Amino acid sequence: MSRIAERFAVLRREGRGALITFVEGYDPDPATSLAILRGLPGAGADLIEIGVPFTDPMADGPSIQRAGLRALKAGATLAGVLALVRDFRAQDPATPVVLMGYFNPILAYGVARFCTDAAASGVDGLIVVDVPPEEADEIEPQARAQGLDLIRLVAPTTDEARLPRVLAATSGFVYYISITGITGTRSATAEHLRGAVARLRRHTDLPLAIGFGIRTPEQAAEAVRIADAAVVGSALVDTLAASLDAAGRARPDTVRQVLDQVRVLAEAVRGAARSGGG
Amino acid sequence: MNTPPPPNSLRQGPDARGRFGGFGGRFVAETLMPLILEVERAYEAARRDPQFLAEWRALLKDYVGRPSPLWFARRLTEHLGGAKVYFKREELNHTGAHKINAVLGQILLARRMGRKRIIAETGAGQHGVATATACALFGLKCVVYMGATDVERQQPNVFRMKLLGAEVRPVAAGAATLKDAMNEALRDWVANVHDTYYCIGTVAGPHPYPAMVRDFQCVIGEETRAQILAAEGRLPDALVCAVGGGSSAMGLFHPFLDDPGVAMYGVEAAGRGLDTGEHAASLNRGRPGVLHGNRTYLLQDADGQIREAHSISAGLDYPGIGPEHAWLHEIGRVKYVAATDEEALEAFQLCSRLEGIIPALESAHGLAQVIKLAPTMPKDGIIVLNLSGRGDKDIFTVAKHLGVAL
Repeated sequence: MSRIAERFAVLRREGRGALITFVEGYDPDPATSLAILRGLPGAGADLIEIGVPFTDPMADGPSIQRAGLRALKAGATLAGVLALVRDFRAQDPATPVVLMGYFNPILAYGVARFCTDAAASGVDGLIVVDVPPEEADEIEPQARAQGLDLIRLVAPTTDEARLPRVLAATSGFVYYISITGITGTRSATAEHLRGAVARLRRHTDLPLAIGFGIRTPEQAAEAVRIADAAVVGSALVDTLAASLDAAGRARPDTVRQVLDQVRVLAEAVRGAARSGGG
Repeated sequence: MNTPPPPNSLRQGPDARGRFGGFGGRFVAETLMPLILEVERAYEAARRDPQFLAEWRALLKDYVGRPSPLWFARRLTEHLGGAKVYFKREELNHTGAHKINAVLGQILLARRMGRKRIIAETGAGQHGVATATACALFGLKCVVYMGATDVERQQPNVFRMKLLGAEVRPVAAGAATLKDAMNEALRDWVANVHDTYYCIGTVAGPHPYPAMVRDFQCVIGEETRAQILAAEGRLPDALVCAVGGGSSAMGLFHPFLDDPGVAMYGVEAAGRGLDTGEHAASLNRGRPGVLHGNRTYLLQDADGQIREAHSISAGLDYPGIGPEHAWLHEIGRVKYVAATDEEALEAFQLCSRLEGIIPALESAHGLAQVIKLAPTMPKDGIIVLNLSGRGDKDIFTVAKHLGVAL
């Protein structure tokens, strides 16, 4: 069983949803980034999503755009992010790691070589934002061959006709984008989420994660009452950004501030009574 | 637009996946995918609808002023001492460039799709002005994304757009030029899918945009074909056009792709020089990758990060190129050359003095190639240059480079 499936199975037995945290790799520098990653499981992150910096992140809002620029300035590359995962994995054999990014850096690295190296580095799943199911043959065979889950985004705009096709191309979990928009810009209502999750449940048994608009502990708790996981990204990235000095460098309490926020989110997620899902 | 090309034609692309050879496709986030498919369905229906085409043709004739003339540039021809040089005068179109051809087609499509809000990206401002114009004509809300750098160097067009009722949103991300404006337009579209149509200005982006914008711009080449046959009784020996994203070049070239006697030159912006790293020559100095929804040649570093382009011409300042150009480059049908900022500036001045036509800096890149090419050809040779835009918008930029204070 993959680490992702294993983790969701365990949480299901415990009767609770998962907190998935997103941070951009190398933001604001590789050492701070690694320290945050290493602290995440202890602070309560159940799965870890790492953004791979790209110059042109067309699905991301201002927070993650700026995080990407800070990371690139700090020398981020895809190879560097894989090294970060290896360093994380050396101390944590269990927490699933998902890389989220755009296709061009993977193309430049070489798709097959990337999938091989990612799996060897301890990556469990990939979210390649700009490779929809229509272009899946670009990376799916290589990812499958290495046992990497390809996690697909499902949007409010993904209609009934299209949904089976998207879900058929998905493994690991389904990432429901709760808003029509870019990351971190607005939030969906619980009513909308309940309807969307019910619709997805009719089509798939995969765990469902909700992301792209969850900022507060209350919203995270709400999300795991409705679905299987809450993804929090921009809110953490904002906390990190606010902790930096004027030159954009980490300050002594940057790591602690991010992890403290994760603790509060995790507490809310763990305290949420499940109503739907299961 | 309705006659199917013969078998083995170079005009058959793209395939069902939106690919030209290995280029093109639909590399967009899931949020956009359903919308892209909707645009494709709507366009496929529209292009087969005689009423839609009639409405578009009527606008081209009565609003844009088509057909645009084919002008024999006698003094330039004599000056260069070689092949006869003709200008396809797209700069005489309403709004001063070729952009309006595809904009009107797309705005009619947006209306068919029931969209009330139009967004666009713009570099030089020509596409933004064309879109703002069409939106004014049809009473649609218009938001134009423009890199903050470009807002600065294209003030006249920014003011034009505002006069036309459009909202111009400066984009400060990245180098604040065309690429960044396109990112921001895509983000807007994702957030406003229910009422918004994205009017792309060039033959790039996810399928069906490269094919759709090309189809609308083919009016340039179709007219040129009829006009040169009327003037010379034969097809030209060479076609020349500047390429940024490549819509004006594709519009001129495409109707001639199956005529092997017609050579074609796409002229990339060499900026400060192809080997300086400050240029916009994605075919000459880039390699294939994926950006803005399509696979094509891109300026990028070894890690796949997109590099900033540079050109004196804001309209060519883009690190990619339309996917069909990438394919035509790989199969060798079109030769992609380059002209520097300096060469374009010289051509800009030469054209102004010899022909009484102030060309856009974009078009001046094409003209720079004509200046190199014509003297190498016999006097009975024929070159057609796509004079894709007029240069009024560029006089401040040019004055600055010439050290003149306006």
